[in-house]
Amino acid sequence: MTRPSLLGRLISEDYPRNRVLAGLLIIAFVGLALAPFLFPGTRPLSVATRICIFILLAASYDVVLGYTGIVSFGHAMFFGFGAYGVAIMLARGWVGWDAMAIGLAAALALSAAVAALIGLISLRVKAIFFSMMTLAVASFALILATQMRDLTGGEDGLTFRLPPALMPSFRLVAEPLFGVRIDGRILTYYLIFGTSLAFFLLLLRIVNSPFGRVLQAIRENEFRAEALGFSVVLHRTLAGVIGACVATIAGALLAIALRYNGPAASMSFEIMVDSILLMAVIGGMGTLYGPLIGAVLIVLAQYYLQPGMEILSSALSGFPVLPALFHPDRWLLWLGVLFVTIVYFFPSGVVGRLRALSASRPARSA
Amino acid sequence: MASLAPILETRDLTVRFGGHVAVDGVTCSFEPGTLTAIVGPNGAGKTTYFNLISGQLRATAGAVLFKGEDVTALTPDRRARLGMGRAFQLTNLFPNLSVFENVRLAAQARRGGRLDLLSMASSHRDLADKANDYLARVSLTEKASFAAASLSHGDQRKLEVALLIALEPDIFMFDEPTAGMSVDEAPVILDLIEAIKSQRRKTVLLVEHKMDVVRRLADRVIVLHNGRLVADGEPAAVVASPIVQEAYLGVRQTGAAHV
Ligand SMILES: Nc1ncnc2c1ncn2[C@@H]1O[C@H](COP(=O)(O)OP(=O)(O)O)[C@@H](O)[C@H]1O
Ligand SMILES: [Mg+2]
Repeated sequence: MTRPSLLGRLISEDYPRNRVLAGLLIIAFVGLALAPFLFPGTRPLSVATRICIFILLAASYDVVLGYTGIVSFGHAMFFGFGAYGVAIMLARGWVGWDAMAIGLAAALALSAAVAALIGLISLRVKAIFFSMMTLAVASFALILATQMRDLTGGEDGLTFRLPPALMPSFRLVAEPLFGVRIDGRILTYYLIFGTSLAFFLLLLRIVNSPFGRVLQAIRENEFRAEALGFSVVLHRTLAGVIGACVATIAGALLAIALRYNGPAASMSFEIMVDSILLMAVIGGMGTLYGPLIGAVLIVLAQYYLQPGMEILSSALSGFPVLPALFHPDRWLLWLGVLFVTIVYFFPSGVVGRLRALSASRPARSA
Repeated sequence: MASLAPILETRDLTVRFGGHVAVDGVTCSFEPGTLTAIVGPNGAGKTTYFNLISGQLRATAGAVLFKGEDVTALTPDRRARLGMGRAFQLTNLFPNLSVFENVRLAAQARRGGRLDLLSMASSHRDLADKANDYLARVSLTEKASFAAASLSHGDQRKLEVALLIALEPDIFMFDEPTAGMSVDEAPVILDLIEAIKSQRRKTVLLVEHKMDVVRRLADRVIVLHNGRLVADGEPAAVVASPIVQEAYLGVRQTGAAHV
């Protein structure tokens, strides 16, 4: 057995194992790595930013749900903690990298503590009650975030400035590079892209480590995993803490991207259901490439489905019924149709389906 | 054999399900390096006795001592890490993982569940080699990449046994390992158990119905009936004893007998 290549080690030998998937991953990577140059403009850059953040968020959720089999509806809470951690510090007027770091560290500590507590409780209650409990805890956090106005800015949230290098007016170099001005916006994008990439690769390593294999074993047969000597409490709790902490980092990135945070932006149930859950399910759980593909698809749909339908609707203006059917206000309906179709035809998600097509045998992992 | 300190002991071990006493005050000790067969009719409490020893069930009363330590209050994973290994009567695998990965996990568990989050599982060649070695021993090499759930019943039984031997415990607990296997599949498993026994370093508890197997492998036989230990002794004597004949015929009898 030869030592795997550098790329192999970077992706922890979790190869796509399907040509279409490999192609999609390369397109996503190149597209995101060069986004400011390939798709200049403010809107494409915010789309690319959001994709990076949600890839990390959905991947962190997959560690919990897809790998360990813990059905939690509280994941957006940790995302919110990260966003509030940064926002609360910077909104006090202390605009510095140190303030951001302290805010993030405090948020990470809170997330880890709450996730550990939830993990320990999960052993005492049945699965369905556990899921409901995560919902209750997340609702409580959301209420706190909206009520504690002095700290969080209530419903309105908090707007703040970033360290100068990340502000749009900042210029790294005087001359444009390939026709693009390298300003604070671009630096912010690469900060987010780099952080997301690094933590995505870290998660990929964790799920492919001996620890990650035990998580899969617990998902498959908790009883037998325990009989082999693996502590279900320890593994489950640690998986929950890791998922929560990475979601917190994604939340901090969101606050940086928006220079704003509020309950609807990071903590709401729309984030949990319309984004996190949808991305994991559509992309395919139990493989981190699933939520990656899911995040790309969903964010693109969120941004471009409505305008796309606008064009389609006006193009069909001569026909009866059709313009109304494709009216931009119906975009949620079509997102729903897309969701149901994918779940119906690909119960294991896009990635699960692709890998199954290439697999000679029906085993989930090597 | 000189009386060594027992590796495993149960004292007045009892479990009650509502009014039904499934294991009823079983006191018994097992010497290291021996193979003890546990026999008794269906519903006698053999599997339940195993569940109490390996911790899947909590005892209503009594104690389990392993290597001199009281483990009655410990969870199954703690007991496994101390060196107890268990194969299940009803096959109990990781269904969507490959056959190879099932055994690799057991080999990994052998290391005591130490946390390792940052190395690649695939880089631990020793575990892979071990897994392949154990798969070969139960003749499942060709099916290594199959999902466990896709195996035939007989192959799943073999995999169940491979998981236990890959765990390399100090005490092996087999619960009807060859039940439902075809005549040509069973010898693979029985030869493996015999190999473990002949090393004389490991202790084996074997629940088995076939008396020829019991006679061939066991150093000692204990009989459970209605949750009680009703006979204990040399295989030939126990198997021939009226109490076993009665127990297997389900005739009412009283008291424990030592043959
Ligand atoms: N979890 C349980 N709840 C209720 N009764 C049980 C449970 N487990 C086993 N029993 C009962 O205990 C008795 C012994 O079962 P078992 O140990 O499986 O027998 P054996 O393995 O000797 O065939 C049976 O009557 C069975 O129905
Ligand atoms: Mg039984």
